[in-house]
Amino acid sequence: MDRYRDPLNRLPRWFVAAVAAPPLGFLLLFYVWPFATLAWRGLGVDAIVDTLDRADTWKVLWFTTWQASASTLLTLTLGLAPAWAVSRFSFAGRRAFLSALTAVFVLPTVVVGAAIVAVLPASLDHSVWAILGAHVVFNLAVVVRTVGAVWEQLPPELEEAAATLGAGPGRAFRSVTLPLLRPALAAAGAIIFLFTFTSFGVIRVLGTAGRSTIEVEVWRRATQLGDLGGAAVLALLQLAVLAALVTWSARAQRRHTHTIGLQGALPRRRPIGRQRWWVASSVGGALAVVMVPLLALVERSMRTDGSYSLAAWRSLGDDEIRPGLRLGVDPLGALRNSATTALWATLFAVVIGGLAVIAITALGRSGRLLDTGLMLPLGTSAVTIGFGMLITFDAPPVDWRASWWLVPVGHALVAVPFVVRAALGVGRSIDPDLRAAAATLGAPPIRAWATTTLPFLRRPLATGAGLAAAISLGEFGATSFLSRSGSETLPIAIERLLGRTGRLFQAQAFALSAILAAATMTIVMLVDAGAAFERREDHARRP
Amino acid sequence: MLGVHDITISFEGRPLLERVSLALDAGEIVALLGPSGSGKSTLLRIIAGLIVPEGGTVEIDGADCTHVPTHRRSVGMVFQDEQLFPHLSVGANVAFGLKMAGMAARERRRRSDDMLELVGLGGFGDRQVGRLSGGEAKRVALARSLAPTPKVLLLDEPLTGLDRELHDRLADEVAAILRATGTTAIWVTHDAAEAAAVADRIVRLGAGTSS
Repeated sequence: MDRYRDPLNRLPRWFVAAVAAPPLGFLLLFYVWPFATLAWRGLGVDAIVDTLDRADTWKVLWFTTWQASASTLLTLTLGLAPAWAVSRFSFAGRRAFLSALTAVFVLPTVVVGAAIVAVLPASLDHSVWAILGAHVVFNLAVVVRTVGAVWEQLPPELEEAAATLGAGPGRAFRSVTLPLLRPALAAAGAIIFLFTFTSFGVIRVLGTAGRSTIEVEVWRRATQLGDLGGAAVLALLQLAVLAALVTWSARAQRRHTHTIGLQGALPRRRPIGRQRWWVASSVGGALAVVMVPLLALVERSMRTDGSYSLAAWRSLGDDEIRPGLRLGVDPLGALRNSATTALWATLFAVVIGGLAVIAITALGRSGRLLDTGLMLPLGTSAVTIGFGMLITFDAPPVDWRASWWLVPVGHALVAVPFVVRAALGVGRSIDPDLRAAAATLGAPPIRAWATTTLPFLRRPLATGAGLAAAISLGEFGATSFLSRSGSETLPIAIERLLGRTGRLFQAQAFALSAILAAATMTIVMLVDAGAAFERREDHARRP
Repeated sequence: MLGVHDITISFEGRPLLERVSLALDAGEIVALLGPSGSGKSTLLRIIAGLIVPEGGTVEIDGADCTHVPTHRRSVGMVFQDEQLFPHLSVGANVAFGLKMAGMAARERRRRSDDMLELVGLGGFGDRQVGRLSGGEAKRVALARSLAPTPKVLLLDEPLTGLDRELHDRLADEVAAILRATGTTAIWVTHDAAEAAAVADRIVRLGAGTSS
């Protein structure tokens, strides 16, 4: 029974309005307005003609598209064997393997870029292989998880049936299993293409002038060349391509979904005989691909002049290279800045996201509009968000570029959708009768609502806070536009240090990357452990 | 004590209750009996103020309260699935209505202990709601609703989902408690034996029937 047939006990209008106002204002001020400004700049005929006339625009478009396609195909191919191993077999360390893949997936882009620099010989640092490699490391988890989830539901009898009909193992896979996996492969491919098409941090670290994605080009034209119009056109162009892509893939997936009836995960077997070798090599191979770069990061941070030393770690606190000569990047300062920024961004994101969840559940149908609105930043690249904010808040009375809170606000904008998604499900699943019970016991509407809603939001908001902190720590796209010199965050400092010549700087960059990787992984693992704990609790409570 | 006059409501365009009237004397226990879908729960919710009827009035203690919000009606309700507050202890659940009525903390504590004693759960005050058995949860729900001495207590299939033996024992116990406290109550059930066992009077609610 829905609570909206309950007009006598509705929350007062002023209350709902007061709760909805902050998230709505936040969205309008920091997302809609900057985006409108950007669109206004980018939709000028002159700017469009100018941009499309330039040869390097097409070069960027071409490189963006083909590297994304190549990264996607490569990741799908390499992910197939480990997906098969984890979906069909049970073996020691299976869960740890999946956790490792996922942990890498949530690493900051700059860290993965740095890890690739660390593992490859200097001659390959800026090759296209470095870029493809970084994208594979990142996205292997997507293939293994998405494709594995379908694969574990396909009965092996299907392939056995094909075998009785005279198909060899290879033939059976190609003619039976692969077609059934195609929707999952397409879904994983679409996600990976989306990520790699908008790749920014990886390309900033590993790319060169000729190897630049649209994202990087937007940043370059806006901040390095001062061509705001051109940058805006490119940002809108990318948005249009992405919108078309998402629409197309959603439609393609809908066509496929009801063609196979899946019945839930089948029991996994222990590998026997030759299978053991195959399972071990596919899992080991995938593990090596994602872990070796990270280990190289740590190893290289402790190697400065061909010999092992902790010089880079020890010198993190001081940005003086020689007496009187400063580098302009203060590694330990960046660590402090990142911590403070993450703290504020988390606070902003949780307050705004929390109020949004409350407003959305209280508003009922019209709450859906706020819900959709707050998801929009998720579909807009962080670069576009940062760029829009940069060109909007640059003149009085809203000249906020020097304000300490602008970077945390940018991060919060990126993080709010995650906070909302983490808590909204819980908010919606609360039985309206619980509130009715409070009302029959004499609680007035606001009190009845608060008693039966707020205690349940505490846990999911804590999860959201963890996600927001992890996002803020690694955020590079929006920060590239909004960061002020002197208050660089870790990803900015890492990118700068990697760009300098000098082994000590590189080693410092690797050390900072290792710190950032450890921090992000720790937070995500805590969030994960919290969620698992909650599931167990729920289970224990049920009679 | 309670007067329901000509209540009419439809659900998705189909009439569910048509001009239903019902009157209860103080201290009377009426069983509202009917098959599922006959609108018994809806009638309870109309009396509680959780649903507004399309026509008709609800009177409690002689005052028309058809448009009075639930929290000012002084009706208690025992829900089919208890709806205990999972984040509060058993004692805090029972004391919730007393707190809403503005009772002082120490007095609240004493009264909630008394209520738990009354339903046979003396000493349960500090327990967690999530760890109660099905029968215990029903008793806590009853104690919670009775604590603020509502003018009318509404019980919405309060014993559904219990095994036969526990069901029969609880039915007798709950009826005895209601009588002992002189509570005016409407007890909704689809079980004729249960209705006969607990009520002073049985009112049947079927398609098109009114009483």
